[in-house]
Amino acid sequence: MSFHRFDYDVIANWIEPGERVLDLGCGDGSLLRYLGDVRQVRGYGVENDPARLLACARNGVNVIQIDMEQGLAGFDDGFFDHVIMSLSLQAMRNTQGILKEMLRVGHEAVVSFPNFAYWRHRQSILNGRMPVSKNLPYQWYDTPNVRFFTIADFDALCEQEGIVIRERLAFDEDKVIVDEPNFLASVALYRLARADGAAG
Amino acid sequence: MQEAQSVAQSVGLVVPQTAHFTEPLPLKSGGVLPQYDLVYETYGTLNAARSNAVLVCHALSGSHHVAGQYADGSVGWWDNLVGPGKPLDTNRFFVIGVNNLGGCYGSSGPNSTNPATGKPWGADFPFVTVEDWVDAQARLADRLGIERFAAVVGGSLGGMQALSWTLQYPDRVAHALVIASAPKLTAQNIAFNEVARQAILKDPDFHAGHYYEHGVVPTRGLALARMIGHITYLSDDAMGQKFGRALRHDKPVFSYDVEFEIESYLRYQGDKFAGYFDANTYLLTTKALDYYDPAFDYNGDLVAALERAKADYLVVSFTTDWRFAPSRSREIVYALMHSDRRVSYAEIDCAAGHDSFLLDEPQYHAVLQAYIDNIQL
Repeated sequence: MSFHRFDYDVIANWIEPGERVLDLGCGDGSLLRYLGDVRQVRGYGVENDPARLLACARNGVNVIQIDMEQGLAGFDDGFFDHVIMSLSLQAMRNTQGILKEMLRVGHEAVVSFPNFAYWRHRQSILNGRMPVSKNLPYQWYDTPNVRFFTIADFDALCEQEGIVIRERLAFDEDKVIVDEPNFLASVALYRLARADGAAG
Repeated sequence: MQEAQSVAQSVGLVVPQTAHFTEPLPLKSGGVLPQYDLVYETYGTLNAARSNAVLVCHALSGSHHVAGQYADGSVGWWDNLVGPGKPLDTNRFFVIGVNNLGGCYGSSGPNSTNPATGKPWGADFPFVTVEDWVDAQARLADRLGIERFAAVVGGSLGGMQALSWTLQYPDRVAHALVIASAPKLTAQNIAFNEVARQAILKDPDFHAGHYYEHGVVPTRGLALARMIGHITYLSDDAMGQKFGRALRHDKPVFSYDVEFEIESYLRYQGDKFAGYFDANTYLLTTKALDYYDPAFDYNGDLVAALERAKADYLVVSFTTDWRFAPSRSREIVYALMHSDRRVSYAEIDCAAGHDSFLLDEPQYHAVLQAYIDNIQL
């Protein structure tokens, strides 16, 4: 999966040249590689899957093999400008914990996830089957996803956790969705910050 | 077996070389080696730009014989890594193995002749440290016309040398591969070394380190030291799988002779080791391990200690290694990251404990291969 994904440009636009970036669940490292090319970031990926770690090593990006579910204890407070989790939050068990950790080690967090309330998914459920789509490519019995949530759910969680949403973009494939994103968007990207604004 | 891709091969027959140095080497202990020999091997060819040299550093009982084989058939200790078509491909790299100072395989050490007395150095051989070894290796690099290494690679104590290279000679090493290592030993780790040393020091044949003159070898102490080491190099699971509680006589015979197979294994390994390794070298080398602590002069702040580094790093650990546990490798990784160094870290799932670093576990070698393939010459 080293092809260019439409969300990469959005993420790149939120990042200043030369920033320190941490990509959690970095896959084969193609986002980090892209950000290295277009933003000259000092990037590190975190990946715990041996095959994906190997792909990162082949891709020439910095990758660190740790289990994110254990938190980010080895990372200093505020060390990174941006901590990214691209299409991986739904596969994490400790959702609140990892969001808190992302905003501890990063000044800002960038999170993207598939919107389970996307109309095609709703239609699928109404038809009696769990949704399978480009952004949810798994069957119910083999999905790595463990958290099933919507844009509205995530907004509510941010409110509850005191996380500031600095920016939100919603997409249906590569088209930006402005109206009714919780119904019409398949993927959402968020730029998040701590409410105390203590990002030094 | 027919393979479409290039088949990994041995570098073939190799012969060690010796470099003699007459410029005194100042040591961290305050001592000086007035002159010394370094025995080494090379594999592959140094390119015209002299940019493809890789130094492989050995651990406690290793040597310069990294790859290939001698006429007597003995194969290098990291032969599965170094050779044509192997992760450290000798078609591309010029690889060097050096026996460290204080060693017993031909480089100046306790069992070589002290030029001042004409007798073996014995206990008078000065304490040598990881930093001293790196200084000596740098002089060998000078001799071979190598200004900058494409990589310095090592496991365990060898990993400490790779790390130290990037701090002592930041401009002379592009990549460091630090495998199954630690930024410094823990108290528990030093404790194992101390028990090993006491076994040697208390052997009646030790003669305060001058046993050569008495025509004896403290084999009992050295064997015991090796047995302790072996216990810590294997994981509980690996030892259990390999030996379990298997009894030689199929039932207890109530004797202190060998009954359990693990006893047989440890005694065999200990006796074998005592037959070729030097007890003074074992003492010196375990002390070098204990003393290594690059953060010592920085109030224990490893990030500050790493500030002068310029290399890129690959750090690798093994899940079942409790002598050099993954958590110790992570200390290196986090410190490097917080020093803005490029670093990758793999934690390899392998049952063999500390000894895993010498195996060719597929994921391990694939990660090494991927990293090494990306090294620009």
